[in-house]
Amino acid sequence: MGAQLRVYKRRIRSVTATKKITKAMEMIAASRIVKAQRKVAASSPYATELTRAVTAVATGSNTKHPLTTEVEAPVRAAVLLVTSDRGLAGGYSSNAIKQADRLTERLKAEGKEVVTYIVGRKGVGYYGFRSRPVAESWTGFTDNPTYADAKKVAAPLIEAVTQATAEGGVDELHIVFTEFVSMMTQSPVDDRLLPLSLGTASETESAAKAELLPLFDFEPSAEDVLDALLPRYVESRIYNALLQSAASEHAARRRAMKSATDNAEELIKSLTRLANAARQAEITQEISEIVGGASALADATAGSD
Amino acid sequence: MAAELHVELVAADRSVWSGEATLVIARTTSGDIGVMPGHQPLLGVLESGPVTIRTSEGGTVVAAVHGGFISFADNKLSLLAEIAELSDEIDVERAERALERAKTEADAAAERRAEIRLRAVAGVH
Repeated sequence: MGAQLRVYKRRIRSVTATKKITKAMEMIAASRIVKAQRKVAASSPYATELTRAVTAVATGSNTKHPLTTEVEAPVRAAVLLVTSDRGLAGGYSSNAIKQADRLTERLKAEGKEVVTYIVGRKGVGYYGFRSRPVAESWTGFTDNPTYADAKKVAAPLIEAVTQATAEGGVDELHIVFTEFVSMMTQSPVDDRLLPLSLGTASETESAAKAELLPLFDFEPSAEDVLDALLPRYVESRIYNALLQSAASEHAARRRAMKSATDNAEELIKSLTRLANAARQAEITQEISEIVGGASALADATAGSD
Repeated sequence: MAAELHVELVAADRSVWSGEATLVIARTTSGDIGVMPGHQPLLGVLESGPVTIRTSEGGTVVAAVHGGFISFADNKLSLLAEIAELSDEIDVERAERALERAKTEADAAAERRAEIRLRAVAGVH
């Protein structure tokens, strides 16, 4: 076998092996999207009921609560960025990071100090490499988050919000995650969790609220209910964000692996063509060598006669 | 037909039970509360404890609920809990083991959780 042909054969073998791996990853990611989507759906009754309750308290009572009132001159804002633990998911993590960068720029332009919290190894790595300060980070659960994980993430954030600004507390809480729009589309979004902007929370529900709006009887009192409700609300929103991000991560990985598989196929095809051409050239050369040799031999014997 | 209210018992990661009921008894921070159809709109903080739902078919559903809220409006009652388990989902042996372990480790919160589970199975308040 000719040297060139051997090189082509070797490359085809290695690309085929890579293709098998990416194909497997694509299939795993595809099966996990369904699971992740099911989890998002399973968590939504709790989230909707909780949002309804929060809206009811916030609109149905005149209670002032540090978590619902806008501070006049906010000086510090917390940003929670949700990325993935593993790569090979196309632009998934970097899109979320870019969105967070944009948000950070905007908040800084408004004169606020930004404190960053990160979920996922990719985000931690990005910030670590640029030696940007990170208040706290969590890793190890981005592809299958549980409610306990969300609670773990929410705890220091809620604590930071309840703390007085002068003692290092934050006035606002933003979250950057990747919204799962469909199998093909996942878009990074930023969202302000606190203080509650009832405008955004109730815009879609305002029609329903107009007929609803009952005068609630609070047990034990509106303040206590709100006190207990808001941390749960933040946890549930973070849980939802984690679940959506997980679904988006799997969808992004599936797409990235699908195009990798397609590219590998393409590469195998063109390499096979090249290998065929090389083999053909080799055969042609051998034939012409044989023919050339035979005629030379014939000439030699004819000359000796 | 007796008056009914619609009950949704949801945990953070799933919907646990939903259906029609005639009476729901739950424990709020200020004491046990019973909600019947036509109750005034209510929003309360739940204590960890068993929740009893008397269904319109005459049966009783008991669930162990760990923290959460009760909200009632328009004859719709929602019980929101971070963790909620129906009594027939609870593994008695596991709960007993958890109780033992909590006692030896003097973990008050875990002990209380296990106790509520067992009480929900036994159907006592």
